This record gives sequence, structure tokens and C-alpha cells, in this order.
Amino acid sequence: MAHEKSIRTPLARVKGLGSAKEGTEHFWRQRVTALANLPLVIFFVFLIISVQGESHADVVRILAHPFTAIVTLAMIISGVWHMKIGMQVIIEDYVHEGPKLLVLMANSFFCFLVGLAAVFGILKIAFGG
Amino acid sequence: MADVRTKARPLSPHLQVFRPLLTMVMSILHRITGAALYFGTLLLAWWLVAAASGPEAYATVAGFFDSIFGRLILFGYTWALVHHTLGGIRHFIWDTGHGYGVEARNMLASATIIGSVAITILLWIVGLLVG
Repeated sequence: MAHEKSIRTPLARVKGLGSAKEGTEHFWRQRVTALANLPLVIFFVFLIISVQGESHADVVRILAHPFTAIVTLAMIISGVWHMKIGMQVIIEDYVHEGPKLLVLMANSFFCFLVGLAAVFGILKIAFGG
Repeated sequence: MADVRTKARPLSPHLQVFRPLLTMVMSILHRITGAALYFGTLLLAWWLVAAASGPEAYATVAGFFDSIFGRLILFGYTWALVHHTLGGIRHFIWDTGHGYGVEARNMLASATIIGSVAITILLWIVGLLVG
């Protein structure tokens, strides 16, 4: 369009290439989730070390404690979000043309499903199912 | 109108033409450990869903993690997690505008790999002592 000031070529515009104007948000979310992951993951590593070898009943009792359950939930959500962003960057670097959109969608599905399964697991334990 | 026909454009030199540098290896490892953790999350979900399912399902997953193969995977998972975490801290330092000098970035790169190996071994020693 001649009236629009843009250095993008018409072909690039049609293909949807170039800035999606979401780069800053993307970068920021990656940093926010990274910072959140830091204490959450440290807590979880020590939790795993302390529950190893324990019986199922004891593991469930510890995971069902509101503090443990909330921290675990926060870690899952922040972690999966960070994963989705990070893998998207990898995909955008290496996958072009044809399969790109499908691979990006697969990334969303994977992160969503893994996150959902983990959230379901911890909630079922926490609510005493 | 600009010439929009696609033709073979010259590509900038890529990974394989450079002599490996420590900073470069750490950058690549950050991405590789990130990707490994991505799929490793399946283990976390499996563990939680198994614990939620009952003693039998939990015994299966606990048995897997207790096997040699399972422990090897968990050890690798621990290292990937620690390495990616230290790599992330390195990026946070860079985000503040510091650590870009030759000495500083080499120091940060060394600290990342030495730190990740040391902390991983330390965590496993603690784990074995507690368990």
C-alpha cells in the first residue's frame, strides 16, 4: 500500500514476515518466568531430595500440604510458560516455511498438555482425591 | 515497487566455520539444556499423575527412577536444570548491562560449567546421604 510508510516489501507483507510487534512482550515474559522459576525450582529440587524413597502415603501427604501444593503449582505454570516461549524461539530459528506453523502449534499443545497433566496431578493430590 | 522475486541470498557464516569458544559452547549448551528440560517435564507430569493415581502407579514410577537407567536420566536432568539455571543467571547479569568484557564473559562462562557440574554432584551427594 503506497500510502503506508513501511520498509517491508509487498511479498514480505503478504507472507506475514517481519515484526509481529510482540517481541518486547515475548522477551519480558521470558525474563519474568525465568526469575519466578529460580526460587520455585530451588524449592522443588530440595523437595524431591527430601521425598525420595518415601512411601506413596508420605509423598502424597507432603505434596498435599497447601504450601507445597501452591509452590508446585506455581512452578508448573511458570515453568511451562517459560518452556513454551523458549521452544518457540528455537523453532523460529530453525524451522522455516512449510512445517513452521504446525511445529509452533505442536509446541503450544505439548506445553499445554504437559502443564495440564501436572496441574491435574498436584490438584488431585492436594484435594485429597 | 521493490523487486520481490526470491533468489538465493548469501548466508552469514554459521556455527561450523568458527573455532569453538567457551562462551559459544555455553550459549549452545544453554539452548540444548533448555530443550532437554522441555521434554524432561514429561517426567515431572508422570511423577505427579502417578502419585495422584495411587500406590501402584507410584510404585511403577518410583521403580523407574530407582533403576540405573532412571538414575542416569535424573542425574542428567539435574545437571541440565542447574546448568540452565546458572545460564539464566548469567543472562540476568548481562541484562543489567554488566559482564560483557572479554575477561568477564570468559569468567562467567567458566563459572557456568564449573558451577553446574559442582552443584549437580553436591546435590547428588546430599540426595544420597538423605535417602
